[in-house]
Amino acid sequence: MDSVGSIIVYFVAAIAIVVFSIKTVTTRKILRSATYLLFVLLSTAVIYFQLGYQFLGAVQIAVYAGGIMVLFVFAIVLTHKPNDRTGVIDSHRRKIGGGIAVAGGILLLLAIFYMPLLHGASLSECIEAGTPITMHEIGEAFTGSDRFQYLLPFEAISVLLLACIIGGVTIARKE
Amino acid sequence: MDLSMLWYLVPSVIMLTCGVYGFITRKNLVAILISLELMLNSADLNFVVFNRYLFPGSMDGMVFTLFAIAIAAAETAIAIAIIINIYRSIGNTDITEINKLKY
Repeated sequence: MDSVGSIIVYFVAAIAIVVFSIKTVTTRKILRSATYLLFVLLSTAVIYFQLGYQFLGAVQIAVYAGGIMVLFVFAIVLTHKPNDRTGVIDSHRRKIGGGIAVAGGILLLLAIFYMPLLHGASLSECIEAGTPITMHEIGEAFTGSDRFQYLLPFEAISVLLLACIIGGVTIARKE
Repeated sequence: MDLSMLWYLVPSVIMLTCGVYGFITRKNLVAILISLELMLNSADLNFVVFNRYLFPGSMDGMVFTLFAIAIAAAETAIAIAIIINIYRSIGNTDITEINKLKY
């Protein structure tokens, strides 16, 4: 049995996700689209906090809502004139997009409604079943090489980020 | 009232289909990238929800989501560098105008 507070938090975050996702892809001003994406990312961070992953929620706010959104706003400001609206979407393309999105959504919803695993425990039971995740455990998981430890992917990510820095400088520099 | 797993998967499905719709209908490169972020975010949310409800004792889904966030940041940075380069050489970022490679 979940508390009333957590149900209210869930509904606020879920309604924000649904509404702002739809606004993100239907608004015609590109900067507003980026702002609605920011709200979607923040609501996702709220859900991460509610599920008990505090570190992940903090990373989501710092990296996604902080870093990536700044990159988006920079790109929009550098490649658009003020008050630029995207052109009207032609109805052919809108029909294809809407058809694929609605068909895929209905398929996915049917799939998850008929999945047998779903009607199990409530959130509070699951949080009590697992031990709370401390920073110590996260640090050990990232720096060990045993089972359920991730040193190799961690180092691969650092190489990827280095390649990304070099690639970004190479692509974006002036001739 | 119980918050079961289904409650978290439904907003995630809606986020994913909104991303698909935007990816197909948008014409601006930055807007397409924003739709892509929506889809990635919904996948991240699913990892975390499955981890919490099906394997509450471990934290593999959370670690996977952390890696996905790091890769998404790298990918966005490179994509935006490419978009700015395209804008510099062609003058706009409309995908109907960018239909030929260098030749």
